[in-house]
Amino acid sequence: MILVMLIGVLFIGGVLAWISEGLDPKFPRSVALVTVLLDLLIMLSLLGGEGWVASIELEWLPRFGISFFLAADGLSVLLLMLTAFLGAIAIGAAWDEITERTGFFYFNLLWTLAGVLGVFTALDLFLFFFFWEVMLIPMYFIIAIWGHENKNYAAMKFFIFTQVTGMLMLVAILMLAYFHYVQFGSYSFNYHDLLNVRTAGQLEMWMMLGFFVAFATKLPSVPFHSWLPDAHSQAPTAGSVILAGILLKTGAYGLIRFAVPLFPAASMDFAPIAMTLAAISILYCAKVAFAQNDIKRLIAYTSVSHMGFVTLGIYAWNEQALQGAIMTMLAHGLSAAALFMLAGGLQHRIHTRNMPDMGGFWARVPRMAVVALFFSVAALGMPGLGNFIGEFLALIGAFQANIWLTVISAFGLIFASVYSLWVMQKVFQGEYHNADFDDSHLTDLSRREMVYFIAMMIGLLWMGMYPQPFLGLSATSLAEIMGGTEQVVLSLVEGSL
Amino acid sequence: MNMTLGDLIPLTPLLLVTATAVITMTLIGIRRSYPLTAGMTITGLLVTAIFAATMIGDTNAQVTPLMIVDHYSLFFIVVTCASALVIAVLSYPYLFSLNDHKEEYYLLLGVATIGAVVMVSSNHFVSAILGLETLSMSLYGMVAYTVHSKEAAKYPLEAAVKYLVLSAAASGFILFGMALVYAQTGTLSFTSLLESSNGGTPGLGAPYSIVALLLIFAGVAFKLSLAPFHLWTPDVYEGSPLPATTYLATIGKAGMFVVLLRFIEASDALSFESVVTVLSLIAAASILGGNLLALLQENLKRILAYSSIAHMGYILIAIIASYYSEGTVSIEAVTFYLLAYMVMSLGAFGVASVVSSSEKEFDVVADYQGLFWRDPWLAVIFTGMLFSLAGIPLTVGFIGKFYLFYAGVEGALWVLLSVLIIGSGIGLYYYLRIVYRMVLPAPEQVSFRVGGMESFSAYGVLSILLLLLLVLGVYPAPVMALIESIAAYV
Repeated sequence: MILVMLIGVLFIGGVLAWISEGLDPKFPRSVALVTVLLDLLIMLSLLGGEGWVASIELEWLPRFGISFFLAADGLSVLLLMLTAFLGAIAIGAAWDEITERTGFFYFNLLWTLAGVLGVFTALDLFLFFFFWEVMLIPMYFIIAIWGHENKNYAAMKFFIFTQVTGMLMLVAILMLAYFHYVQFGSYSFNYHDLLNVRTAGQLEMWMMLGFFVAFATKLPSVPFHSWLPDAHSQAPTAGSVILAGILLKTGAYGLIRFAVPLFPAASMDFAPIAMTLAAISILYCAKVAFAQNDIKRLIAYTSVSHMGFVTLGIYAWNEQALQGAIMTMLAHGLSAAALFMLAGGLQHRIHTRNMPDMGGFWARVPRMAVVALFFSVAALGMPGLGNFIGEFLALIGAFQANIWLTVISAFGLIFASVYSLWVMQKVFQGEYHNADFDDSHLTDLSRREMVYFIAMMIGLLWMGMYPQPFLGLSATSLAEIMGGTEQVVLSLVEGSL
Repeated sequence: MNMTLGDLIPLTPLLLVTATAVITMTLIGIRRSYPLTAGMTITGLLVTAIFAATMIGDTNAQVTPLMIVDHYSLFFIVVTCASALVIAVLSYPYLFSLNDHKEEYYLLLGVATIGAVVMVSSNHFVSAILGLETLSMSLYGMVAYTVHSKEAAKYPLEAAVKYLVLSAAASGFILFGMALVYAQTGTLSFTSLLESSNGGTPGLGAPYSIVALLLIFAGVAFKLSLAPFHLWTPDVYEGSPLPATTYLATIGKAGMFVVLLRFIEASDALSFESVVTVLSLIAAASILGGNLLALLQENLKRILAYSSIAHMGYILIAIIASYYSEGTVSIEAVTFYLLAYMVMSLGAFGVASVVSSSEKEFDVVADYQGLFWRDPWLAVIFTGMLFSLAGIPLTVGFIGKFYLFYAGVEGALWVLLSVLIIGSGIGLYYYLRIVYRMVLPAPEQVSFRVGGMESFSAYGVLSILLLLLLVLGVYPAPVMALIESIAAYV
């Protein structure tokens, strides 16, 4: 019931926010903030349990054995908390930036969050797909209405990429459900039922690819990443925060929860290819990031690069690697969100994202510079901060699975230092010159903005210094997921001998 | 065979629609009154729909060799009459200020609906062609209705003539195919097609029945505007007044599809490999062609015309799948998707119709710029319909797509499924383009007709359609169960 409440609160809050615009255009943001904080509060009650801490299953479409099945374990709870936390941050980012049609904006924002919560908790594959698509529409509107100069192109690209690959996943889901019908004589889209479906050979590989392509697009991984830089550079800051912080994580979550456990044998065969793609993502996008002048595009490419570690960890499929992947998801959620907020803040102040125009901002906006330094350093993987724990664990785990790819991927850490420091150098160091923009609004971070950044700093420090609570939460779920795949793989190996 | 009074009871819906048309005609003769005529038609259709709906549970009768009134036909009688009702309501404000005799329009609409009702309950070639011609004849009139209005739909006459000539040619194809089938089997009744053919060989037998089937499918493809027989569609859609376009695009298509479905199931036509190949090619060509050609259109009616070509192709996939899969899932898929298609097409055309009138049609995408901020409710309705056409969740279109995908997976039609995915992907672009137009800031010169009191009811039915779209998209379980129970009757 709690899970329905979590999602319902956001849906209703969204509608209320829209309506409240009629009273005062400033109301929606407060309504939205209260809604998200309320959600965060409800989530706290999910902490402390073992296994599936909450679940609800109602009949929905009996014709196909589809049920309204939501459940949360440690892994889901971690991501739920991240979603609500970054949701609040995103509202903060939009607070002053969004001044037009505020009601509809916060409506879309809250509905995106609701869709994401649904994705993280749905255990019926039809329902999962349903939420997977539902979260796109409001995000489309956020980019298309409040975006920047090339918003139509970016929003369209984002939507078509995710929708088309989503349909591939739908076909894979339906194939799986059909095999369940053939093998067990009844329709079911229930995750636990579908885990029992025996598949093999080429068909399993095709189905696995259906899932993989959908998730790899969202993640994103090379070669499905090209929508991300466009979407990020055109989206309003709050949109970027949600995209980078939360939406990308749904892809990784999907891989951990669905793609690998449902098709363990095919995933095992596919792992070298996936890990190679991950290594390419890490290095290639780090290199491309270095070549960008648009600061938001740059951060977007670094996101792809960092998410490469997540893919690497997932396809190494051992406990350390998976823990690393999850930690990277959480830490990158915070650091990327913060960097996008900084970039968005800069754009809001000087109306450009072009880095060659900037320089020497340290003297003008010292607080902002310090905050930027902190998060750049976090992103490049400084020990003591969350990203380090994540990437380090992912690499240790991956090393056991594939030495060469791990060694190559580790170079990504060096590249990360290069581009992070390069951005600092370009924007905040050097000589101040304002020939190309109007600097009359270039003010330092306000107290309200500092609150958000400090909250994220605390989060990263916590993850970096004392990651045990996070690791502990996901450990049991991971054990269960890995236990399942191990059994299947073992039985397959025995069968083949 | 003598007809008894008992035979008439299952025919009540048909008799009611006929009565509606007759009374409307008489009424026009007695006193010309636009509201009265419209009201009469709407009431008649409403009564018929409700009456047919109450009969669904327990009527299953072959009335004369020509008509079958079973759960399946009753379901489509309800859908047809309800759609005709919606179109009648939408036509009211549209024709309100037409400076011509406007009452006869409702007569045509009523007669067309008789044709559609006959089509969905026919399981005999004769009744099918009778229904089809009744429907088409009335549609010619509806398409050309605003011919004397200076600024209305630009080319009603051209559209009507084009439609008349091509539709007659298509009927010719169908008739010739029927003749060949008759020569082979000696019967025109769907139910006895297979019994009469030489036993042993599958399907209709003899080589020239393939020719017969292909002729029939060519004619049907004309009527359904499937590629490569689709060339008339965009021109006729663009030229006709909007309510007539709506009628053509919804009821005209659904009736034909029901006949096609019954014929294919009864004749086992898909047992010929060449027929399956041809139908698959038609489906693929329609999906890709329709979606690609819609991409760069600026005229809303043309976009929806091409998109309807693609949608007909989608449904054809489920029909092909019905041969390869056990059980009735693919027939349910066809049925559900037709229902979904009716709802979303009625809505999409309805939005255009409610802002237009017989004096001026707003059918260019640019006319809708900033609709979100000018008329939010209408924009929400339109967006819902477009998302549904694109197959996005929360809408009935998504559940329809889900059915189609499932039917395709069961039939293992991988190539057609990939075409479906590619087509839907392309389709997103032009649907979203319209949505994007609507969220842009409104232009300073807003040229829309401001809806007066007469379009109040049109807004009402559009809102009901939106509600239906969402309810069927979020909780379709009852309708799914109903469709599952009626699908066995095909």
